[in-house]
Amino acid sequence: MNRRTIAITIGAVALVALPSLASMADEPYLVTLFSRILIYALAAVSLDLMLGFGGMVSLGHAAFFGIGAYVVVILSFHAVEGTALLTWPLQLDGHQSVLVVWPIAVLLAAAAAAVIGALSLRTSGMHFIMITLAFAQMLYYFFVSLEAYGGDDGLSLFSRNTAPGIDLGDERQFYYLCLAALAAFLFFSWRLVHSRFGMVIRGCMENERRMKSLGFATFRYRLVCFVIAGAGAGLAGALIANQTEYVSPGLMHWTRSGEILVMVLLGGMGTLFGPVLGAATLLLVEELLSIYTEHWMVYLGPFLILVVLFAKRGIYGVLAGGNGNHD
Amino acid sequence: MTDVLLAVRSLVKRFGAVKASNGFSIDVARGELHALIGPNGAGKTTALNQLSGELAPDSGEIDFDGRRITRLPIHRRARLGLARSYQITSVFDHLTVKENLSLAIVAHNGHSFRFWRKAGDDPVIHRAIEPAMVRVGLEDRADVVAANLSHGEKRQLEVGMALVGHPKMLLLDEPYAGMGPGGAVELTKLIQRLKAEFTILLVEHDMRAVFTLADRITVLVYGQVIASGPPDTIRTNPAVRQAYLGDDLMEQG
Amino acid sequence: MLLFIEQLLNGLQLGIMLFLMSAGLTLVFGIMQVINLAHGSFYMIGAYVGATVIAHTGSFTLGILAALSAAALAGMVVEALVLRRLYKKDHLDQVLATFGLIMFFNELTRIIWGRQPLFMDVPSWLAGSIELIPGVPYPSYRVAVIVVGIGVGGLLYLLFTRTRIGMQIRAGASNREMAAALGVNIRLLYTLVFGLGTLLAGLAGVMAGPILAVEAGMGESILILTFVVIVIGGIGSIRGALVGALLVGLVDTLGRAFLPAVLRLFLTPAYADGAAASLASMSVYLLMAAVLVWRPKGLLPAHG
Repeated sequence: MNRRTIAITIGAVALVALPSLASMADEPYLVTLFSRILIYALAAVSLDLMLGFGGMVSLGHAAFFGIGAYVVVILSFHAVEGTALLTWPLQLDGHQSVLVVWPIAVLLAAAAAAVIGALSLRTSGMHFIMITLAFAQMLYYFFVSLEAYGGDDGLSLFSRNTAPGIDLGDERQFYYLCLAALAAFLFFSWRLVHSRFGMVIRGCMENERRMKSLGFATFRYRLVCFVIAGAGAGLAGALIANQTEYVSPGLMHWTRSGEILVMVLLGGMGTLFGPVLGAATLLLVEELLSIYTEHWMVYLGPFLILVVLFAKRGIYGVLAGGNGNHD
Repeated sequence: MTDVLLAVRSLVKRFGAVKASNGFSIDVARGELHALIGPNGAGKTTALNQLSGELAPDSGEIDFDGRRITRLPIHRRARLGLARSYQITSVFDHLTVKENLSLAIVAHNGHSFRFWRKAGDDPVIHRAIEPAMVRVGLEDRADVVAANLSHGEKRQLEVGMALVGHPKMLLLDEPYAGMGPGGAVELTKLIQRLKAEFTILLVEHDMRAVFTLADRITVLVYGQVIASGPPDTIRTNPAVRQAYLGDDLMEQG
Repeated sequence: MLLFIEQLLNGLQLGIMLFLMSAGLTLVFGIMQVINLAHGSFYMIGAYVGATVIAHTGSFTLGILAALSAAALAGMVVEALVLRRLYKKDHLDQVLATFGLIMFFNELTRIIWGRQPLFMDVPSWLAGSIELIPGVPYPSYRVAVIVVGIGVGGLLYLLFTRTRIGMQIRAGASNREMAAALGVNIRLLYTLVFGLGTLLAGLAGVMAGPILAVEAGMGESILILTFVVIVIGGIGSIRGALVGALLVGLVDTLGRAFLPAVLRLFLTPAYADGAAASLASMSVYLLMAAVLVWRPKGLLPAHG
């Protein structure tokens, strides 16, 4: 077993055992905290698919996260009120079931990513960063102006979604659902990265011009990668809405996109497990620092700058050793 | 009438006030090795970029294999069989030799929206990868990341990538740039082998190589063709000697 | 009609603020090829320092001078300490490091000035309103903002067309290597350009003080609009920044003012107001999308 396998195994065992450990230590709050970490890890992995493997620096990833979350809360709102969400062009009622709501959340996030991606990918470099940022901010303001769904103040979820055989209201069961979602997405991403599509995407990241001269219509591949990443963030959004039982436009504010980006870089860009570590690190550090000072950002900011200047490989790169690439 | 594979008519490309291509025309016959030479700043790279599709000409037409390609994007031209090898080696440094060649293979074989199966198990890649590596002598270096190859090996890989698409024509952009004498000999052998199989347009500074390899030579000065013909007539052409005045490279050929 | 003129002036005023923000930033992007998210922080620094000095001295002029010096100084220090190390790095690193700068500056202002917003008074000699067009009273302060903006625009024009340093900056914006080859001291030039950019941001910040609340995070909302301006105008182009800023200022202001009335022609009032609010908040981004489809490099790109 090499260092990487050992590190991943230890991490997986720890995550599976966490609820039991938490109840032994009489710290049930830990389960809630780690559910949150798993959800952000999912969002970060999805961002890393397009950032670390596709070379697309998006500063608007939280938009898809927010869309996923809003879908859950809005559908639930209508289900509880007993009103229709849409009557035209088709009748659309509210819904509470995971099996209906989550696919819609993922699909809508993917659709938004398709539109935003198609426009943003007409450009590259600095333009791309600014445009993804601007479109995410557009959606932010859109939800701020949606008075029917709480506008600036956001909207509460009456109760968590329902699913056959699982009670999402139980923190422990919800935790394992988040863990399963993350594990499934990681496995999917691992297959994706090593597939023919993944190879093309990695080629685009390294030298798009060369890919074109080889005969690839790179735009399509990058767009599909963008959409897959958006769909992943939509799933994470559906989870976070259930976890916090509340949504607000703040979920898709651009600083949230920035945080997810920080998680990816902190953990190790272009690796699959790095973003998971990054999400855990950032959220735990926030949690710890905020015990001692409410002004923790004044330390986190310069720390980030130091990471950028001196520790580009991220935590995972240091832990796993070797070149840490692609896994 | 010879069989013309690439016919270029009166390309004009302006950059501000400068005409980098000023009525550039060239015919490349099927099967020949045609060299494009010219002093620095003659507009060779601009011309090549318009042929490969990286630059759009302001006016003029390009026909390839009987088809008008003037407005086609790069990847469509590549799929028609016009392959380019770059002046600065541009293999994918972070990918392995096998992955580099695999990319070149799948570029010409259907779409790559295949998300699940491992790339190495893809039938298209599986079938073609071994012969592709053997052809350029890199079968023992399959899993080496391209960044760790020697300069010469990178060049072999680069050419290998151009070849797997079974192109009709190769555009070679200064392959000798940055080569040591030993590498240059190897490269000349490789190009001689390629010459038997492909139509080649060679843009090159190294006059020794050009006069050794070329069937025909076209000379470009200030974006215009001043002479075109077999090596012997080019060598003695007064206008060409005038253009290369003070440039003793011509004597070496 | 009167309302329309008033809103037109409001749009012009927002456009001028955006121009002050984007003129400097577009140069930083164009010349140094650095994406700087922290530009809004200097806007915030200008506003806070200005508000504080005015509160202590009672002099608006001193406040403005203090704001300009603080923003320019902070900008040059940040350039020398952080930005300079990012020029050779990729855009991702630049995004993350400048994101760290934003966190730092926002939290620092909360530590120094607290969480409550500061309010700045309009100086007494600009407190009234004047009739630019007979029958249309308009606040003198906003007129002053417009005048200052036009003045600064004029100065920038002179700087870039008539002075040696201005030409060097422009040369740098369109071709970095060329500028270096011409023997320009790139390092010093970068620091100066950055300082000029943050000075303009500080000016925009202190002038915005009496119109908006001065609070931590105030720089971000204008930063995003500034990005929209730069995308529309084209990176590295001052003229593009001017055109983009005015377009964004007008579209945003007029959209918010008149979309409800326009939509009421087609929809029921309640529905129209809701739709108009959503549409108005998205209008500038839709404008940006349209420009992108039409001209991906912006309306007046600096590079060929």
